[in-house]
Formats: sequence, C-alpha cells, structure tokens
Amino acid sequence: MKLSFSAADERFREEVASWLKDNLCGEFEPVRGRGGPGDEHMFVEERKAWERRLYQGGWTCIGWPEAYGGRGASIEQQVIFNEEYARAGGPGRIGHIGETLTGPTLIAFGTEEQKQRFLPGILEGREFWCQGYSEPSAGSDLANVKTKARFDEAAGGWRISGQKVWTSLAHESDYCFVIARTDPASVGHKGLGFFLVAMDQPGVEVRPIEQLTGTSEFNEVFFDEALCAAEDIVGAPGDGWKVAMGLLGFERGVSTLGQQMLFQNELNEIVRVARENGAARNPVLRQRIAEAHIGLRIMRFNSMRMLSGADGSLQKEAMIYKLYWSSWHRNLGKLAMDVLGAESEILEAAPYQLSRLQSMYLFTRSDTIYGGTNQIQRNIIAERALGMPREPRG
Amino acid sequence: MEFRFTEEQEMIRDTAASFLAEVSTSEAVRAAMATEPGYDPALWQRVCSEMFWQAIHIPEEFGGMGLGYVELVAMLEQMGRRLFCSPFYATVCLGVNALLVAGSEEQQAQYLPRIVEGTTATLAWAGAAGYRGAASVELQCEAEGDGYLLDGRCRYVPDGHSAELLVVAARAPGSAGDQGISLLVMPADTTGIERRWLPTMDQTRKQAEVVFDRVRVPASALLGPAGEGGAALNRILDLATVAIAADQVGGAQQSLDITVEYLKERVQFGRVIASYQAVKHKCADMMLKAEAARSALYYAACIADEALHGSALGEELPEAASIAKAYCSEAYFFNAGNGIQLHGGVGFTAEYDIQLYFKRARSTEVFLGDSAWHRERIAGQLLDGEAVA
Repeated sequence: MKLSFSAADERFREEVASWLKDNLCGEFEPVRGRGGPGDEHMFVEERKAWERRLYQGGWTCIGWPEAYGGRGASIEQQVIFNEEYARAGGPGRIGHIGETLTGPTLIAFGTEEQKQRFLPGILEGREFWCQGYSEPSAGSDLANVKTKARFDEAAGGWRISGQKVWTSLAHESDYCFVIARTDPASVGHKGLGFFLVAMDQPGVEVRPIEQLTGTSEFNEVFFDEALCAAEDIVGAPGDGWKVAMGLLGFERGVSTLGQQMLFQNELNEIVRVARENGAARNPVLRQRIAEAHIGLRIMRFNSMRMLSGADGSLQKEAMIYKLYWSSWHRNLGKLAMDVLGAESEILEAAPYQLSRLQSMYLFTRSDTIYGGTNQIQRNIIAERALGMPREPRG
Repeated sequence: MEFRFTEEQEMIRDTAASFLAEVSTSEAVRAAMATEPGYDPALWQRVCSEMFWQAIHIPEEFGGMGLGYVELVAMLEQMGRRLFCSPFYATVCLGVNALLVAGSEEQQAQYLPRIVEGTTATLAWAGAAGYRGAASVELQCEAEGDGYLLDGRCRYVPDGHSAELLVVAARAPGSAGDQGISLLVMPADTTGIERRWLPTMDQTRKQAEVVFDRVRVPASALLGPAGEGGAALNRILDLATVAIAADQVGGAQQSLDITVEYLKERVQFGRVIASYQAVKHKCADMMLKAEAARSALYYAACIADEALHGSALGEELPEAASIAKAYCSEAYFFNAGNGIQLHGGVGFTAEYDIQLYFKRARSTEVFLGDSAWHRERIAGQLLDGEAVA
C-alpha cells in the first residue's frame, strides 16, 4: 500500500491547477461553484461556454482514448483532475452526461460511424446529452420501460413513442439516449433497444417538473412518433439492456473524489457557521460535526480503495458506494439545519429563494432515491455481494 | 497511489487466516478463555517459533522481520475474525510499540531480542478513571537516589497478570494531562509489584490491575527523558488504537459472515430466511459498515507506517487513529448486535459464537477510548482554536 502520488502525477496536478487558475476567471467568474446538485438549472449558457473553454485547454473527456480526442488519462490523473476542478470551484459540468455516459458507451458498443458522428460534438462542448431511462412505471424497476420503438420503412428510421421522467437538463440538451421496446410483445430486459434521439424535432416535448426545492432540474419528456435514424441505434434491436447496463458501470468511479470535494466545501461551511453562531460549543452538535468529518474522510479512503482496483474480485467497496454517500449526505443536510438553528427557516428572499445550505438540505432528500434507491442498493448488496436469495416475485 | 495490499501482504494475510482457522477454532477459543491467563502457552510457543508473528515489525537488526504496520494490521484483522486468544496484542501492539517509540537504541537492543525469543510484554498506563490518552495516567513517579520510586496503581492492563515485561507510564506528583509523564520498563516480577487478574465480561481479552507499592527501579528503566513522555505515550496509544481497530474490523466481518451463513440455512414459512428483504437489508447495512471500517483501518495503517518511519504524513496519525477507532467500534457493535438479532433465539445462547463477538465488540469499543471520546478529539481539532481555511 502506498498513499502518495508519483512525481509525474504531482506535476500533472500543478498543470491542472494552474490552467484552472488562469481560465476560471473573468467572464467565468460568476459560474464559480455554481451548477452543482440542486443548482443545475443555473448559468446554462455560461456553463456551455465553459465547456468549450475546457475543450480548448484539452480538459474535456480526458479519460477517453487518444484516438477519440481524449488524453487517455490514467485513473490517478482523472482523480487529480476532478479533485483540482472541485477545489478551484469549477462549475457543475453541463457536458458530464455526454462525457461520462454517452461517450464511453459509444466507444464500447457503438459503430465506427456513430463514434465519428457523435464523439466530436461531446468532446468540443458543442452538443449536450440527457438520459432517457426512467419512466413513470419504470423507476427502480428499470426493465419495466413501456416506451416503444417501431421501425418506419417509409421514414427509414425508428419511431419512438412514450414518456420519460426525471430527465435532468432535457430542455438544454441536443440529444437524448433512450431505451425503448423494439419488440412490443416483450417484457422485462428482453426486446429493448438503445437509441440516440435528437431533441429538436416535432415529436419531442419537454415539461419541467417543479421539485420540492421550488426549482426544476428534472423534466418529463414526451416522445410522440419522434424519429431516430436507422443507423442511430446502439447495438442490435434487443441488445438495449446489455448496452444500458454497460453504461451504468461507467457512472461510478473517478468523479467520486470531485464529488467529495463539493461535500467538503459544504462541511466547511457548516463548521464556519457553527464557530460563528456558537453551535460549536454544543456537545451534541460537536459529536455530529465530528461524525460528518469522519464519514467524509472514510468516503475518500473507500474511493481510494475502489480506484486502486479490486482487493477481492467482487469490489465490495464499490458496491457500498452509492448507499454510503447518499446516506452520509442526507445526514449532512439535517446537520446543517440543526447547526443553523432558528435561522435555518429564514429564506434569502421571497418567493422561495433558498440559501446554499437550505438548498442542500432539501436536495439531499433526492440523493437516496435517484440512481437506485437505498432500498434497491441494499437488495443489490445482499444478493450480489452476500449471495442471499432473491425474494420470490409477485 | 496504490491503496491495496501487495501480493506479499496478501500472502501474509492468507497465511494468518489459514493458520488461525486451524488453531483458533470455537472450541480452542472457549478452552483458552476459561483459563486465568487466557491463552494456551503451547500455542503461543508455536506462534513464536513456527510463525514468528511476534517479530513482525521488530527491525531486522534486533532479530525481527522488519515488516510494516500494514502487514501487522493485515494479521490482526485475521486474529479478530477468529477471536484469537493470545498475548500477541499486548506484547506486540503495546510492548513492542512502546519500545520502538520511546526506547533508546540500547534499550531496544536489550529488550526487543527477548520479545523475538517469546517473552511477553504489556503496557500499564490507565488509572481507575479509564481511557483518556496520556491524561489517564494516575500512577505516581518520583526520583529517588539514582533511580525512581513508583507508587499507585494501573487498571485495565491487557494481559497485565501474565506479561513478563512491563512498560509503565507514571506521572510526577502534582502534574496533570500530558505533562509530567515518564515511561519506564521493568520485569513484571520486580519487588513491590502486585498483579491481580480482573474477571471480564468479554473473556477473550484478559485484563489486570497492577499495584505498585513503593516500587524502586533503576535509572536505566527510564525510556526517554523523565517527565517528558506524554507525547511518546500518546503516539504509542495511537499506534495501539490502529491495532485494536484491526481486531474490530475482523470481528465485524466475521459477525456478518457467520450471520449470513446461518440465515442461508434457517427455514421459516417455507423459505430460507436469508430471502426476506427485512433481513437482507440489515445484512447490506452490516456489509457497508464492515467495508467502510476496513477502508478507515487501511488508511490508518498506512499512516502508522509513515509515523514509525518519521515521515511528514505520519503527523496525521492522531486523526487517522481516531477516525478508525470511532468508526470501527460502532461497526463491530452494530454487526455483532444485529448478528444476535438476526440469529433469533439461538443468538442468545452460549452455544453460538455470535455472543462472543458481541462481547468482544464491547470490550474493544471502550478500550483506548470509546467512539464519543475519539469524535470529541476530532471536534476539538475542527471547532476549537484557530479556524483552518
């Protein structure tokens, strides 16, 4: 075991930090620290411009192979980039779905033609993506998607019809990857296709969902005979589940340490408030603040284990990650309010302008739901890591 | 960054696991814990001569294996899994660490080779008020003639009734906190020392009270400068804290494993009870605790290594040790406590081993400071004094 980074990696860290210092300023000053969870709908145009600035510096898609315009960066370098990015107050990456989900999926499962058509737009910060997975009746039970894809000989492509939900940034996206049923008689994970669908067309309608935060990062997306070209299906009709599951594997990993840097900023803010308003002298709150600090440090150690590769073939430390961070973050939200005390109720402005900590508190209630609820996570852990039998299905 | 075991470290872990599976069976543990010394002397001899575990992190120049804290922790985790009853922890994690941290080269050359040969040791420091780092020292120490006079008592001394060599922490009259502390080493049969075994709720880890009735020791017994041993003692205790957290991680893992094994056999309402969601979700939470505890432990082990080699990262030791101990204590208790619940009625019997883990979870939780004490140590660093950043 070795904790320190190599000298080459440390030089890479300096390079990242100095580029960010020289570029995350001037016109980009207002977006510093913005656009994170609960704030994704803010400064959209500025953040799209920021993606293009990142591209000019060679800092988009650094983990992609060089053949597709990436740097082929090592895991360590990707970790370092994410850490320094968060440390510098880099804004929420509006291109992250394309960079971390669409791109790796196409690189793994796409045709050469698909790669040539779609990867440059993601790399250069020109085209933005959203994810069309969840539906009203397919949340945790993702295989229950009802959206249909029918091949239209006359139009020479697939006609997509159905409703997606919880689609973040749909109204700001150029494309959506959609899983839809190619075989209308199929059920479960069979008979699905994975489609690359343009958002700017008559058959696509986006309706924002107003959340309990008063903001609308998430949307409903209605597809009514929307057209998807014949060559824009990834894999064969019927392979959709395999492609979608491969994609879920890309969601974890290197971004975790950057996410933790954002958590650290929140915890620092709570500590600052506690020292200022006297909560730091309350023995119960002292215990809870220390517990939050301990929990975040362990989250980091756990990621370090995860990123250093399996020390058993199962990578149990990777399987607990979502359940661990979402529970920790939800507790942090409650702690923030308890530290603020009576002041925690007072908004920054009418009608419903939340402070950063208030927004975090409310938003953390979604952390334990999206991307697989805590209950689903526990099922997965028990069944796959502990080998406990599935419950009989009704 | 390479935050995982090397092949050699995996080999050490696996060798320990298979040896302990053979010698530290449920029957062997129950036989050993029923005795006053609390271990089988023949087995300890075998550990010392065949496995050479007592020498693991003693430098090669003193006849040891010269390995690091990560290797030590990998082994301790396996001992925790098997509730291994032996003088290993007291000798290696208290005695050897004390000599490594506070002893002069001459003193190390005098005592470490004896430990390599199988001599047992321990550290006596806490008074009746319990564990509060160096502040818990109550035993009094005064210069007398060309030596020192020790008077008072130490309590909760691991294997204090059976260890052959004692490292003792004592304080100058009128001193408090980390101030005025001296560390001394002496044979346990030094005139005036009276040792009394204290029967314990967890019978797998033995404790004793050690009474010093105006005990005279020569000046050569002193480890480090007189009255200035507070920082060294705290460092020894932090190293010992990382080591006991390893025992806890092993215990937390085994509590989960034996529980899941039972759940997969027990049938109710026509199904194995491992298939019920209420049961599975509790087990998933137990696995989360065990894995997070393991991550905290391995980080602390790396930091302990750095601390023993005097590198800058070693300055993190107090924090890393407190993080590990605060979390691992609760993880072990959570897993063993839920283990009893999930076993149902048989979990409450003496026959099933889960009760032994539950008791060891508690004894290791309080040992060297409970979770609340370690959290307060972290809170002080975050919330008191100058603001950082």
